[in-house]
Amino acid sequence: MIKVENLTRTFGPKVAVNNVSFSVGRGEILGFLGPNGAGKSTTMRMITGFIPPTGGRISVGDHDIIEEPIAAKRLVGYLPENAPSYTDMTVWQFLNFAAELRGFRGAARADAVKRVVDTCFLNNVVHQSVDTLSKGYRHRLCFAQSIIHDPQVLIMDEPTDGLDPNQKHEVRNLIRRMGEKKAIIFSTHILEEVEAVCTRAIIIDRGTIVASGTPADLKARSENAGVLSIRVSGLASDQIRQKLEDLAPVKRAALAGGEGSSLVHVRVYPKSREQNGELRSAVADLVARERWRVEEMHAEEGRLDEVFRSITMPDTRVGVR
Amino acid sequence: MNEALGNITAIAKRELVSYFSSPVAYVFLVIFLLMNGFFTFMAGGFFERGDASLIAFFIWHPWLYLFLVPAAGMRLWSEERRLGTMELLLTMPIAPWQAIAGKFVASWLFLGLALLLTFPVWITVNYLGSPDNGVIICGYFGSFLMAGAYLAITCMTSAMTRNQVIAFIVSVVICLFLILSGWPPVTQLLESLDMPTIRDLAASFSVMTHFDGFQKGVVAFRSLVYFGTVIGFCLFTTGVILRTHRAG
Repeated sequence: MIKVENLTRTFGPKVAVNNVSFSVGRGEILGFLGPNGAGKSTTMRMITGFIPPTGGRISVGDHDIIEEPIAAKRLVGYLPENAPSYTDMTVWQFLNFAAELRGFRGAARADAVKRVVDTCFLNNVVHQSVDTLSKGYRHRLCFAQSIIHDPQVLIMDEPTDGLDPNQKHEVRNLIRRMGEKKAIIFSTHILEEVEAVCTRAIIIDRGTIVASGTPADLKARSENAGVLSIRVSGLASDQIRQKLEDLAPVKRAALAGGEGSSLVHVRVYPKSREQNGELRSAVADLVARERWRVEEMHAEEGRLDEVFRSITMPDTRVGVR
Repeated sequence: MNEALGNITAIAKRELVSYFSSPVAYVFLVIFLLMNGFFTFMAGGFFERGDASLIAFFIWHPWLYLFLVPAAGMRLWSEERRLGTMELLLTMPIAPWQAIAGKFVASWLFLGLALLLTFPVWITVNYLGSPDNGVIICGYFGSFLMAGAYLAITCMTSAMTRNQVIAFIVSVVICLFLILSGWPPVTQLLESLDMPTIRDLAASFSVMTHFDGFQKGVVAFRSLVYFGTVIGFCLFTTGVILRTHRAG
């Protein structure tokens, strides 16, 4: 549905987006990650046709955003950053206005407004002025505006920013539900959101795509992916570490806590990621042989925030292989 | 075309709603009417003239509009930029010119309403004497066109900045130029410098020159062209400003 090719955007001498290409199909939810100022919002603004690109092509559906802006915009619902809305209107007036610009007239308009009021839980505030709404309601209002025409493409710039945990949960569920039939792009700072909602994620930094893949793929790039964490009681820490490091697939075993106490926590790093399986069975054998009292043992999945940090701030390496 | 009209109407309607949902519109109307009354009856010497016409009423309009029209129009685009709603509006499936036209039409209608509410002056003059109502209608028409020209200028300055105060001041300055270039003291000065061509050129740029005819009941084609050109040019420039702003 969305195809972005070699997209570039400069603001004076500053390159905001540099040669970015990706595509999003129906049924996909693409998470856009990146530090502030990485070019996420700029990219989204170009896809929605708000600002023109300096170079490259964007098509939505089969429509080029530059050559057929109106046809392309018809397919898109857009929730801009900070969820702007006209503060001097009531919720009902605002949604009617949005519906009218989307081409709904008469009864169709009333239906469309009613539908999004229900979907976005705005029933309590329909006749309230936008001025008087809390941030959460304003967010939902702007979100309601973006889905009023049941668009095939939905683009959301930080849709859960400033919401309380319950509202975040609601919005995520809504996105996931709509992602079944639509092509969705959303940007966020919250990494757990990407894991919870996205089918695919792109990390963008200083205008270029630095990583892309499913959330699981990305997590596997973390240094901690495949690391075995093990808690043993009743033994000295040095002894445990030594025995573990003697195993063939083990690169090193690091003490993670419990030094000097009776419960020792050790993290065991495999020599390479392919040896994860061997590592697990080797450690299990060791435990059985030595009759250690193991309180807990699990393989770590890797953490997205580590990957994110190590990719976007390479100087403070957390470690990605 | 039907669709374009629908979009323009939707935007104009929204703009009118936002005028009347705050006290701004009512404050504006009251001030406009009070000042009109004051200038017509006190400063303009409506009664002392002993003349069954609304000259004393219309003569102040270029000066009244100088402050009141920018005040009514300064928020048109700057507010849109400040709130960030411009991003919403311009990502809707509409052409930018439809948004510009819609907003302009709404404000112009609002100014038209303010002008219509001065009808007691018209009743007064008809009660006291028997004026030529054709001339008065012509004066109203000219006044409305002049308000449109000022408004288009305000539209343009409003698109330049997110700050309403700056938009207001810049439009007042531009409108002041359009008044002064045809203001008798200035034209007389140019005349005394023996530069008739420059005087005529300067005067032809002025709203004063063109509004003058309407007050006297003359609808000159060149005046229609003048007001039409100012409105068209300023709205076109608004579009260019909005585009360059987005293009960075």
